[in-house]
Amino acid sequence: MSIVNLEQLNEMHIDVLKEIGNIGAGNAATSLSQMLNTEVDMTVPTVRILDINDAANALGGPENPVIGILAKLYGDIEGIMMFIIEQDFAKTVLSSLLGVNDVNCDRLSDMELSAISEIGNIMISAYTGSISTLSQLAIKTSVPAISVDMVGALLSVPAIEMSSVSDKIIFIQDDFLSNRNDVSANMLLVPSMDSLTRLMQKLGIEL
Amino acid sequence: MSNMVTIGISDMKVVKEGDSLVTYALGSCVGICLYDPVTKIGGLGHIMLPNYPQNNPKENPHRFADTCIPAMLDEMAKMGALRQRIVAKIAGGAKMFEVSGDSAFGNIGARNVEAVKNSLMSFHIPIKAEDTGLNYGRTVFFYTENGSMVVKSFANGVKTY
Repeated sequence: MSIVNLEQLNEMHIDVLKEIGNIGAGNAATSLSQMLNTEVDMTVPTVRILDINDAANALGGPENPVIGILAKLYGDIEGIMMFIIEQDFAKTVLSSLLGVNDVNCDRLSDMELSAISEIGNIMISAYTGSISTLSQLAIKTSVPAISVDMVGALLSVPAIEMSSVSDKIIFIQDDFLSNRNDVSANMLLVPSMDSLTRLMQKLGIEL
Repeated sequence: MSNMVTIGISDMKVVKEGDSLVTYALGSCVGICLYDPVTKIGGLGHIMLPNYPQNNPKENPHRFADTCIPAMLDEMAKMGALRQRIVAKIAGGAKMFEVSGDSAFGNIGARNVEAVKNSLMSFHIPIKAEDTGLNYGRTVFFYTENGSMVVKSFANGVKTY
């Protein structure tokens, strides 16, 4: 059997996805913590099946300006990972990485964009790497792309790319918190239906 | 009493004279404003994809350019708008992310704009203004009072069409 419709997912499937989110985010948080040389906490991930109107509302409203780092997943698991960071989080990261304190998120320099993009890259790799180890599935990631814009516009990208069958998409969302300024970031994993089936089967979960 | 009516994603609404419409944060989606300048009836649709899938008859028609536009025209006609007078203004269809080594990724924005234009052309509806493509998100306000479309973006300010 395969998953063709998100309504097929039961509570156990959601729990499995949560655990995957937990492990992936745990690894990503560790690498973030090492890069920033500061403690990074994470919350228990939430797995939500929702349409993008609701997803945008959950992330501060559709017009909330954020920084999105997107990587496409290839190989056994196809999909999109998106790391969404609030402007304050970007400021914290840039001040600890580059020592710049007057960051203007409307006009980030190439150097600043590149630094943020690299953070995203490392976190996305840590995340997918741990899923790959857990499931023994090969996951490759594309070079990350970065965009600073309204969260609704950014979220429409995975929604459009991955929602060939329905309006709803599955989000595994993790919040990261840095203790220094209490700022947060979100990691979204949006797998394709086929990949979801493969992942569940590989983990021995009945569909 | 005038209202500001919000259009979600894959949504479409038609309002009477005096009311205004808004749809937030169009990325590669396209916002289509249709307007009859005489009755001042206006509609706004927020489409996500170009074409309705033939093999899936249960889809939401407002998600697709080629089904949203005819549905909006029908609704406007029901409220008293005359097809021959209707004009269009469109915005959106951006490419939000440039994935290196995968130039096809994100081209959906351009395909959406093309599908919208094709559909409008098939109904002989002239496009009076467009703010499409490039790489940034847009919020669209549409005022039936005078048929103006106001496009707001994070990086590029506010423009009135």
